[in-house]
Amino acid sequence: MAQHRVVVVGGGLAGLAATMKLAELGVKVDLISLTPVKRSHSVCAQGGINSCNDQTRQLGDSEWKHLDDTVYGGDFLNHQPPCKEMAFWAPKVIDLMDRLGVPFNRTGEGFIDRRRFGGTLYKRTAFSGATTGQQLLYALDEQVRRREAEGLVKKYEFWDFLGPIQDEQGRCRGVVAQDMVSMEIRGFPADAAIVATGGCGLLFGKSTMSVFCTGSAASRCFQAGARYANAEFIQVHPTAIPGADKLRLMSESARGEGGRVWVPRKPHDARAPKDIPAADRFYFLEERYPKYGNLVPRDIATREIFDICVNEGLSVENDRMSVYLDLTHIPKAELDRKLGGILEIYEKFQGVDPRFEPMKIFPAVHYSMGGLWADYVKSGDGGLLMGAPRNQMTNIEGLYAIGECDYHYHGANRLGANSLLSCIFSGLFVGPSIVNYAANQQGGHAEIPSSLVDASVGAQKTRHQRLLNDATGDENPYLIHQELGDVMTRTATVVRRNDQLREAISHVDELHERAMRVSLSDGGNWTNQNVIFAKSVQDMFPLAKSLLHGALLRDECRGAHYKPDFEKPSLTSEEPVERRRQAEQWCDEFEANNRKFLKSTIAEWDATGNQPKMSYEDVDTSLIPPRPRLYGLVGADAIEEVWKERAAARLAEPQAAPSAG
Amino acid sequence: MIAPVLSPKNRPTHIRVRVQRQDGPGKEPYWELFEIAYEREMNVISVLQKIAAKGQTVDGKKVSPVAWDCGCLEEVCGSCTMVINGRVRQSCSALVDHLLVENPDEIVLEPMQKFPVIRDLMVDRQRLFRALQRVKAWVPVDSYYDLGPGERIPRSDQERAYPLSQCMSCGCCLDACPQFNKIELQRETGESAEQFEARKLAAFDNAFVGAHAISQAMLFNQNPTGKALAGDRLDALSGPGGVATCGNAQNCVAVCPKEIPLTTSIARAGRATTVAAIKKWFES
Repeated sequence: MAQHRVVVVGGGLAGLAATMKLAELGVKVDLISLTPVKRSHSVCAQGGINSCNDQTRQLGDSEWKHLDDTVYGGDFLNHQPPCKEMAFWAPKVIDLMDRLGVPFNRTGEGFIDRRRFGGTLYKRTAFSGATTGQQLLYALDEQVRRREAEGLVKKYEFWDFLGPIQDEQGRCRGVVAQDMVSMEIRGFPADAAIVATGGCGLLFGKSTMSVFCTGSAASRCFQAGARYANAEFIQVHPTAIPGADKLRLMSESARGEGGRVWVPRKPHDARAPKDIPAADRFYFLEERYPKYGNLVPRDIATREIFDICVNEGLSVENDRMSVYLDLTHIPKAELDRKLGGILEIYEKFQGVDPRFEPMKIFPAVHYSMGGLWADYVKSGDGGLLMGAPRNQMTNIEGLYAIGECDYHYHGANRLGANSLLSCIFSGLFVGPSIVNYAANQQGGHAEIPSSLVDASVGAQKTRHQRLLNDATGDENPYLIHQELGDVMTRTATVVRRNDQLREAISHVDELHERAMRVSLSDGGNWTNQNVIFAKSVQDMFPLAKSLLHGALLRDECRGAHYKPDFEKPSLTSEEPVERRRQAEQWCDEFEANNRKFLKSTIAEWDATGNQPKMSYEDVDTSLIPPRPRLYGLVGADAIEEVWKERAAARLAEPQAAPSAG
Repeated sequence: MIAPVLSPKNRPTHIRVRVQRQDGPGKEPYWELFEIAYEREMNVISVLQKIAAKGQTVDGKKVSPVAWDCGCLEEVCGSCTMVINGRVRQSCSALVDHLLVENPDEIVLEPMQKFPVIRDLMVDRQRLFRALQRVKAWVPVDSYYDLGPGERIPRSDQERAYPLSQCMSCGCCLDACPQFNKIELQRETGESAEQFEARKLAAFDNAFVGAHAISQAMLFNQNPTGKALAGDRLDALSGPGGVATCGNAQNCVAVCPKEIPLTTSIARAGRATTVAAIKKWFES
């Protein structure tokens, strides 16, 4: 058997998991990353990683319930076969990470400790202090270093992925990348390529993401013909610390360990928080969602915090918006053991000790549920067929997408502690698929004509030189990025309105044109960060446009995508018969809406018009029928009741009709 | 640790930032002075971002943006290490208000001293990662297949391992260490890229391994499966540039942004290598 060679772009959890698995399968890997892989954005993940476990099982939990929580949390926009496979792999993933030496927190008896996270009633989340992502990443980084020492992996750190190399049939035969130090541009021929480059938070200027999460790698695949799906689904995390350079995450684990969100009932109450008695505090999440309390899914918590500050005027600060996230009732020793890392971040950047004073937090852009469209092959039991070459493959043959930059696992809203899982799972799972793909190809990496590589490299060199030499440019890439971030944050985060989205689209069109005329303050060819940044800013626009168009077309509320003009009104009548009728009508409208919008948004890039072409694709909801997403909201029981009756009636039918969508 | 905060009446309208620049390896360093408007809650990252967006010095001279390395901006990735007002630290957690208390006139930024400058504030820390390979800082598992959970681990062991495992390879401990000297090699004429790389790695492998790697070796030597390579790791720490090179200046532990007990690790490594040497002597 010929030695296979695969190029992996991105060295976060997904990219490293794929690299080590491929190396184990005897594949040579070229690993390309913008940063030393140990510094990838996965280090910022704090709270933990989910799996059904021995304790939760004895309380009635199962992999199926993990699947159910995942798709209910995602408002049923997740593809269910990959989610099922992921939920069933979850306990194995945690066992593996345990064997790799991740210092998970332990119970008194030495078992892996678990905590509760949002969108579930079970304690599924394994954690390593409050720096779980860092610890998981380090374990994978160590394994990849081990494979590097064995000679199977070669790292290219501080290299920028510029695009796939495609042959006449469109098949991906490797990638082109640029050394960010020497500025050399070269080709990396391969049997297959994996893109594992994370999210695109920088479209919003400031977010909880690291500076390299520009989405440019995904955009470069998109512009080369890969489809991009569900771009409009961006998670805004409910609890972040506002900052001048970055919005720093304050993990959901703070609430998982008992943290409570509140505001003073009296607007701008001047008393210190500890002097405000319980009666004068509004624990709005607990009051509105008694069943889940502070651990409602993120999209809901974010909207409620936004609503409290914007519509009800109850922000705790006069000059900016924030609410309290309060841990002061929890013993200090327990906080240090379970949340130390994140409390230090707050203390360091805000100068206040959250063990003794409630934190002031506000929502921030955090995660891209959407991403490169990727395929899968369903198995007989409703999961995925192990080793099928098409698993995680984009519509460009031989180009794979995994981790945050794929699209199918998190639907319209991701549950906390599911991202670390989806990244490691998709990284491990894709390995055998790629080996099988490579084994069945005619013409491997060694047979790629040099003319093909040269042409791809040449095109990138032309782009690079044009940017350096353009004397007519008059735009500053840093200011263009700021302006893009402002527009996107104002119009496409928590609340979306069609008039604002239309306005944003024309503004972004204009910014895109301006971005193509940037003038660089550095025309040199040594470690030129200016030109690298300028390229990534230009490449933000195809994704930004797809996001805005996707949001404009989707006239509904689903998960993180919230349009008040299309919100289904809550029931108004207190009179039982009328209330029942309203609930029936609510459910009718819910079903009608699902028939229309329970679909993945698909964008394809049209380079001639510089615009995305939008279409829709059915979602596989074959395992768990969609249902209204209420989370025990006070006043929604009538809807829940009607829905349960309908679901029972459908089950009783001999040949149940296929679910909506 | 919370440093003293600038009182509101001492807040300036502008701040001056002096940056040591260097156009490339082997080039002469030079200074440039920048001025930007003061805002609340700035850190060195936002200062450098503003300098990049402005693109000119205090005298109005148009200059290229300062090159520097950064990532997470919340002190967990280890990218943005530099020397700020004379002290090596992370630029993301270096808050301007605190720096102005240290020095109200200006903020002074320099690259790390013990690593070759690539450009401006960006340095090449390859040696730091090479040291992790040198001490085999990994758990040698059989495979990545599902083989059930690892061993049960007492809470006290986890609590000992976790602080060591927080090392983000930022390099502060190395920059502050009197025993860790800069290695900067140039490719010679007629030398292939591979030959140059091999010569460089050999130089790294003979020089001081550094506090971070010694601490990682101790972390993996206490792991139930990681122990299998304990002998190899102690061999690596016993050779030239090993733990005996440490001069006990204790600077490493003083500058570590994660407050990792590096000197405790070094002391343990010192004992372990001695015990291993005596054992070997008896066995031979």
